[in-house]
Amino acid sequence: MRIVTEEKTELKLPSRVDSIERAVAAVAEFARRRGFSEDALFGIDMAVREAVTNAVLHGNRQDESKTVEVSFNSSGAGLVISVRDCGEGFDPAQVADPTAEQNLLKASGRGILFMRTFMDDVQWTRHPEGGTVVRMTKKR
Amino acid sequence: MAELNIRERQAGDVTVLDMDGKITIGEGSVALRSAIRRLVEEGKKKILLNLSSVGYVDSSGIGELVSSYTTINREKGQLKLLNLTQKIQDLLAITKLLTVFDTYDDEAAALNSFK
Repeated sequence: MRIVTEEKTELKLPSRVDSIERAVAAVAEFARRRGFSEDALFGIDMAVREAVTNAVLHGNRQDESKTVEVSFNSSGAGLVISVRDCGEGFDPAQVADPTAEQNLLKASGRGILFMRTFMDDVQWTRHPEGGTVVRMTKKR
Repeated sequence: MAELNIRERQAGDVTVLDMDGKITIGEGSVALRSAIRRLVEEGKKKILLNLSSVGYVDSSGIGELVSSYTTINREKGQLKLLNLTQKIQDLLAITKLLTVFDTYDDEAAALNSFK
């Protein structure tokens, strides 16, 4: 389902891997129209991909009865993207530093690093009705 | 078109995988994993991944490159990377994996580096 208002676009996507590309494509189109540079678009693409991947795989554990909600809007300050899952909660402080020597050869755990690297601000909160919301801002 | 196309060629005892597409969660990562598994089964343990036509890698794809590296190392083989795009080089720098992977931008030099 897609709801578009003048200010904001909201997507409700099933918890499937193919939803990741759909979310990335929608945000990329939105950001491109608002004049973000190619470098910024690359970073936005990476961050959305990682956030939605986390929501589908870790938050909702690919349970298709649960949705991933992606919303995005732009203001003078930049682009704000929120991704909500219906999972049991998530504490980013518990995620090990993937650049620590003992973690370098692990196969996973780098998504949050990419989100923080490519966006200007990334915040996780608990949604009052359940699930985790990650809110990411890319400044102009 | 598949997300990731992999073409295999032999250069002496080194197997070169020319990859074209994206190494991202799902099909791309699975294609790389399957290719590496097959090479190990065939006893091919000197592997050069040519990434010149790989335009995009996400954290899952980076994880798959790491898994490929550790799988081949476990088999006492060597896996090296050739022709990283600037974007992939940046991702490997961010993740500090440039300190792990042996990377080349010249195929002859890469092939000569295999013992």
